[in-house]
This record gives sequence, C-alpha cells and structure tokens, in this order.
Amino acid sequence: MTRIDHDYDDIPGTYVFDAERSRRGYGINMFCMSLLKKANRDEFKVDEAKYLDRFKLTSAQREAILKRQWNRMLELGGNIYFTAKLGATDGLSFQQVAAIMTGSTQPEYADMMLNGGRSAEGNRSKSEWKDRG
Amino acid sequence: MAKIIAGVGCSHVPAIGAALDLGKTEEPYWKRVFSGFERSKQWIAQLKPDVAIVVFNDHATAFSVDIIPTFALGCADEYAPADEGWGARPVPVVPGHAELASHIAQSVILDEFDLTIVNKMEVDHGLTVPLSLMFGKVDKWPCPVIPLAVNVVMFPPPTGRRCHLLGRAIRKAVESYPEDLRVVIFGTGGLSHQISGPRAGLINSEWDRNFLDNLTKDPIALTGIPHVDYMREAGAEGIEMVMWLIMRGALDDDVEETYRFYTVPASNTAVGHIILEPRRSA
Repeated sequence: MTRIDHDYDDIPGTYVFDAERSRRGYGINMFCMSLLKKANRDEFKVDEAKYLDRFKLTSAQREAILKRQWNRMLELGGNIYFTAKLGATDGLSFQQVAAIMTGSTQPEYADMMLNGGRSAEGNRSKSEWKDRG
Repeated sequence: MAKIIAGVGCSHVPAIGAALDLGKTEEPYWKRVFSGFERSKQWIAQLKPDVAIVVFNDHATAFSVDIIPTFALGCADEYAPADEGWGARPVPVVPGHAELASHIAQSVILDEFDLTIVNKMEVDHGLTVPLSLMFGKVDKWPCPVIPLAVNVVMFPPPTGRRCHLLGRAIRKAVESYPEDLRVVIFGTGGLSHQISGPRAGLINSEWDRNFLDNLTKDPIALTGIPHVDYMREAGAEGIEMVMWLIMRGALDDDVEETYRFYTVPASNTAVGHIILEPRRSA
C-alpha cells in the first residue's frame, strides 16, 4: 500500500512514528524491546541473524538492523525510543546514535548542541532541504 | 477537601538522571542544569505537598508497541524504577496513592475521559528524573505519587486541547475528594528537542520562551497549536510539551509564575522548568 500523505511529511529529516509506521515496524520495535533483557542481548550478540529469525521482519528491515542503518530503521517503522535499545546494546550513547543519524561525528554533534542546537531556521520544510538530496 | 496547590513544569531528560546517579552534578556542564533547581528544591521542601500527580510519558519501558494507552493512570500502591537497559536507577521505589488515584479515575471517566487504569507498572526516567530534580537525592520520596502516563511516542498523541481539558477534570476530581490533601501536579517532558533522524539536535529557544510565557498568561492559545507545529518548530519529540497542558488545566485560570529556569542543552534537549502558583489576592 502506498503511504497516505500527511502535513507532517513535509518536515525534513524526520520520520514521524505514526499509526502506519507503527504497524509496519512492529517487528523492529519488538526486537528492540527484547534487548531490555540481558540474556537476550547476549544471545543477539552471539549470532545476530539467527536471533532476528524470532521476529517478523521484512528483508529490508533485517538488513537495516544488521547494517545499523539507523535512519532506515526509522523509515521502515522503527521508533527512536526502541532503536536506542539497540544502540545501548552496541555500547553507543544516545548522543552517538543521534550523531550518526545526522551524518556528523559525535564531537561535532555535541558541539552543535553546546552552541544552542540545530536552528529551526532553514529546517522547517523539505523545500529548504532540496540541496541535501 | 483535597486541593491542587501548585503546578510544576519540568523536563525529564534521561542524561540528567545518569549525571545525578554517577555523581557528575559538580561538573560545569551539569552544574549549569542542576543549579536551576536549587531554589525549587527548597520551595517544595517548604511546601510539603501531601501528594504529587506526575504527568509523564513512558519511553518503551512499561509499554511496548503491544499496548499503547493514550492516558494511563497509575492506581497502584507503589511503582518500581525500571531497568531501561543499563540497570534501574538507584532511586527509591515510588509510593503511590491508590485511594486518591482510583477516585480520580472514577471521576474523570464519568467526565468522559476514557482513560486506562494501571495497577502494575514500572516507571522509567520520564517519572523519576523530575522527582530527583525536585526532591533531590533521598532515601525515601517525601510524598506519594500518582503517575499519569500519556502516549507521546506513537503519533498522534492527544491534542493540547484534550490534555488541558483532562487537567480540568483532574482538578474537579481532586476537589471532590473528602480528605484534606494538598496536591501538586507536575507536567513533564520537553522542551524543544528532536532526537531522531537527520534533523536530530533541533532546538528552538524562541518557541520554548513563547510556550512558557503563554503557559501562564494564555494557555487557551496553546491548546490550539496543531501537532504538526510542535513537530516542525520544536522537534519531533518536542511534542511531549502537550503534557504540560494537563498540569496547566488543573490550575486556576489565573496563576502566577513564581519561578522559571531554561537552559540549553542537557544532552540533546532544551531544559525547561516553571513553577505556577495560585495568584495571591492583593
């Protein structure tokens, strides 16, 4: 099914976790949820692909998880509060995951935050992000 | 008769909890954040509320994507701090006030708010960080807590208007409770922040300032803000701010802002804090 257009789809660099993404991403999010338990984290680390067999995932979702494509996971229905648990399993701080999603290094990202964060100016609409592809 | 005596707005950034628990409060970065709560800790210690209603959101801890309640009111005797993947925060178990909570549940449901009742729930940083900021490092929380979990994780969260009306219904419920309890209500989360996707790191201090200004003087204007505006202007996760409107709705229409603190950043987020009290008659 094609995605229905929403007003918030115009916000650049943002994957709103709406009802449709929640439905499609159920497997990703429940996989991430399972990582709250240490025994599961340990098992996942031993054989990631085998561990993922327990969850109903599309091949694109599996690939995004295995390759740690953090933005793609969100696009395919993952939610940040869930995918952060995969980040924690990898030993990444939240800010490190955020930096990766923005395409910057962690020090660059931390610096941006210390300087007041990313401005809303120029970041409100996809029309302002055209040159970013 | 029970009465709501004050409202507190407060961010609930997880890194604040980690900084507290790892003893980093004296580091300059964190001192900047914690110094903003010194006066508030004294204020609430003097106020000695009998109960705190804490409006917060769960972050994929107690609720996964199996069940997503829009409003879930905790009616249990206690709530254990949750293990969010790196061990539970070393803070006391949160005592509940089951009697007042179930009274509120019954009252607001009859007032047409179809909320979910939760009799067992672990609570994450969304609830315990504001408690730590306001009550400090304690062996025992100074008063019972009634948690009200709001879905702001899956879109759409309840509208600002609905949140404000729920606040009003909670006030009515509290005021129909026969025991003389002095109740404070916390609205938590926010302020502007986006922690997901390529636009992560967004902060909008101007938006935050307007939000805080209008929280006191024109909350009805805030109730009309559509979700897309919160997300566009204050970040995808900035939509948590609707929870502050529940707190606001439970207060008098005319209130006095007696304290405000704002700083950027704590980790990825703008930290906002406000205390609203009934206006003292001249």
